[in-house]
Amino acid sequence: MTPPLLEMRDVTRSFEVSAGLLRRRRTLRAVNGVSLRLEKGEVLGLVGESGCGKSTIAKMLLGLLPPQSGAILLEGRSLAALDRKAVARRIQPVFQDPYSSLNPRKTVGAIIALPLRVHGIGDRRERRARVFAMMDRVGLAPRLHASFPSQLSGGQRQRVAIARALITAPEILICDEPTSALDVSVQSQILNLLQDLRRELGLTYLLISHNLAVVEHMATRVAVMYLGRIVEEAASETLFGRPRHPYTEALLASVLTPEPGLGLPDTGLGAAFPNPLEPPSGCAFHPRCPKAMPLCRGTPPPARSKDGARVECHLCAAAVP
Amino acid sequence: MIGEPILEVEGLDVVIPLLAGTLRPVRDLAFAVARGETFCIVGESGCGKSLTALALMNLLPRRARRSARRLRFAGTDLARLDERRMADLRGDRIAMIFQEPMTALNPAYTIGNQLEEAMLRHRRVSRAEARDRAIFLLEKVGITAASSRLRQYPHQLSGGLRQRVMIAMALMCGPELIIADEPTTALDVTIQAQILHLLAALQREFRMAVILITHDLGIVARVADRVAVMYAGQIVETGAVADIFARPMHPYTQGLLRCIPVPGRTRRGAHLGSIPGLVPSLMGELAGCGFRNRCVYASPPCAAGGIGLVPLSPQRAYRCLLPPRECAANAAAAAAP
Amino acid sequence: MTVETFSGAERILEPSAGALLRRRVFGHAGFMIGAAIILAILAAALLAPWLAPHDPYAQDLTRRLVPPVWDAKGSWLDPLGTDQLGRDYLSRLLFGARISLLIGFSAALISGLIGTGLGLCAGYFGGRVDMVASFVVTTRLAMPVVLVALAVVALAGGSLHIVVAVLGLLLWDRFAVVTRAATHQVRQLDYVAAARATGCSTARIILAEILPNIMNALIVIATIEMANAILLDAALSFLGLGVQPPLPDWGLMVAEGKEYMFFSPWVIAIPGLALFTLVLAINLVGDGLRDLAAPENRN
Repeated sequence: MTPPLLEMRDVTRSFEVSAGLLRRRRTLRAVNGVSLRLEKGEVLGLVGESGCGKSTIAKMLLGLLPPQSGAILLEGRSLAALDRKAVARRIQPVFQDPYSSLNPRKTVGAIIALPLRVHGIGDRRERRARVFAMMDRVGLAPRLHASFPSQLSGGQRQRVAIARALITAPEILICDEPTSALDVSVQSQILNLLQDLRRELGLTYLLISHNLAVVEHMATRVAVMYLGRIVEEAASETLFGRPRHPYTEALLASVLTPEPGLGLPDTGLGAAFPNPLEPPSGCAFHPRCPKAMPLCRGTPPPARSKDGARVECHLCAAAVP
Repeated sequence: MIGEPILEVEGLDVVIPLLAGTLRPVRDLAFAVARGETFCIVGESGCGKSLTALALMNLLPRRARRSARRLRFAGTDLARLDERRMADLRGDRIAMIFQEPMTALNPAYTIGNQLEEAMLRHRRVSRAEARDRAIFLLEKVGITAASSRLRQYPHQLSGGLRQRVMIAMALMCGPELIIADEPTTALDVTIQAQILHLLAALQREFRMAVILITHDLGIVARVADRVAVMYAGQIVETGAVADIFARPMHPYTQGLLRCIPVPGRTRRGAHLGSIPGLVPSLMGELAGCGFRNRCVYASPPCAAGGIGLVPLSPQRAYRCLLPPRECAANAAAAAAP
Repeated sequence: MTVETFSGAERILEPSAGALLRRRVFGHAGFMIGAAIILAILAAALLAPWLAPHDPYAQDLTRRLVPPVWDAKGSWLDPLGTDQLGRDYLSRLLFGARISLLIGFSAALISGLIGTGLGLCAGYFGGRVDMVASFVVTTRLAMPVVLVALAVVALAGGSLHIVVAVLGLLLWDRFAVVTRAATHQVRQLDYVAAARATGCSTARIILAEILPNIMNALIVIATIEMANAILLDAALSFLGLGVQPPLPDWGLMVAEGKEYMFFSPWVIAIPGLALFTLVLAINLVGDGLRDLAAPENRN
């Protein structure tokens, strides 16, 4: 069996956080034993609320942050053992905020050409030609070549960021909230562009988002994160059609679709968002869970896998022998 | 609109003189809000919705100027009010909830202190009475162990709790009108649903009018009674919420609704609708329709003259040269797969 | 402003950014006045050999302490009069501008290199590097600049080189502190992460991605330190521990004139005024640059 394109195996990453001047430093477990597989050609949606560890996973997959334990494998080979530039050629990021992801002192042309220069690809003329071709591909007018980011709209900036990511022809794009900072009319353009590029260039995406409607639209498989753990993972149809984890249910119920008359959903979740510095015992979700049982308080739920779907919940553990 | 209006706005303009010219981010706005009603102003960034909120509260940035033909709040003419009398009104009869509760709360004071001050500023009550009210309202907004929370500082609370505190603070004096500017944009989806739920329940209980400013059509659909869609500083379409979503008339509203993926309705992976092009510059006067450079139905007459709101019913109006029947046909054609 | 605003779907948001900047620069009175004065002094310094009516070192003991031309006893032969050794004061003032500018510029350059380097490392790497750098800055801040300068110059002797070196090695703290804070801020931005994700080397990230974005702040600091260095040099010279005679340094001119100030007040007033004008102009330019670089004024 061929190894998955990109794989995380039981990865843990924590940060030391100082709680105050005279207080002891505490450990924040941002990512706690996460295993994920990214198969070639798929769009894996990673959803969860702020502080759940989504962005830490993105940084680790890009090689910007080493995991403390566990391994990240690119086609079966450890990311840590590979040359940084070799990884960069295959995995590229698209960040959330197109206002901070472009160097304000550089022209659009220089920003898109940077990866080519770093990797020593082509001479000046060839690089220029490739930049113009890429700008055309992502829908940027050629005359923007000499513009500075401050002269562009949010959507145009995000196109520049996508062009920069794709100029070295990587296979994997790690999109960390790629449309969260954009207006809806621009968001749909960027999503359409990402869809087209994936089809044409055979790309693989990890799409990190808190917007479930966007994930539902784009992803082929979805993983749901809560406090550093993946609590449910399934094919998109399955997860959105029959969510099994109560947290996934609550997330789906919280999506406010533009359908008047439906009113506001009652998620049944408690008001208290847990402090990630002091994760609850047992199942981390139990203090907010409307279906919590005494068992959930003490014992972390075991993971159950079936037909490529995976869930960590005592309720599901009982249902599936 | 149901019942008497608590706020009536007519001909509201905001101008900001700049080196490069005069920016006119809010142009000739007119709307009214009734007691107990939720009125949503929806639009994309830069459409002037937040400045509208600040203009109502007279909290505009220093350089910006406000003018209005009519700006009446419960019988008081806000346009004529001096800053001292306006300040008496703010936080008392009109309260505001901001997007980012972390910056709207003062990090140097405890929650309790800030809640109490919000009341002591306007009411002749003792600190103990203000404290009781604060505890009562914190419990109302779903914060447990309210009396111990009073001693906490804003940074000790999560984003969702901070926004609950902001809502409690807005309610301290029992306002008749709440202006909420993107109150849930900084929050997680599950928390957002809870906060909106809370706001709606409190509104019903205290019979307040709410002006909710948002970019999220999902929120609008679920909480609004009536909506105004803003584009380039103008209201391009207004009406009852069910009507707007079922029969959007303005090409911009139709376009916006096509841009959003709706689980179960949009085909997965299919192209979403989009509105190409950019928002026009808000410098100087607009000649013709502000949306025409992005509009698929634009024709030469759209470039000429001012385009007024076309009333369809006492509540429903839209700003487009296309006749109503054609707008409806466009909406139907776009909705068909 | 009607039809033009709708010219095209992909219209750039700020079409006349350059024109706007020009308007803002020319509209800033303080900056323009300061820049004009500095340009005038710079021109005077560069053209001193041609502008000066006499050799600044040529003594004429028969014409000592001649008052300037506006005085009844003055003459056009020495427009600003002469000093106690009969040297032409205008010529000395013109050549003195070279020394003040040279000291100000060189000291700011040296301290800028040291402080920026330290600040970039501290802000980018953080952790231990930051701790060490912060300790070095704190140590430096604990040293009284004037006393250390006095001690070094007293030990090593006063010369132009030593004054420049001492000031350059002492005035880098503000550069370091500001650079560290600015670097720390810029480092968090996504374009730095993007550069790292494309495999850029650390040196390239620091020099090409971060440094250009903190340059505005550095230029403002540079003007402050330049003014500071010029004033410190004047103070050292006044105490006799700076540049040595017979160099026509403005501080030295004040020092040499102090015995005659009651009967010939111009010998201190003229170089004093020159110093005041130069430092004021540099500070005006610094303030102006800070205002012009501030984002809230961009619209």
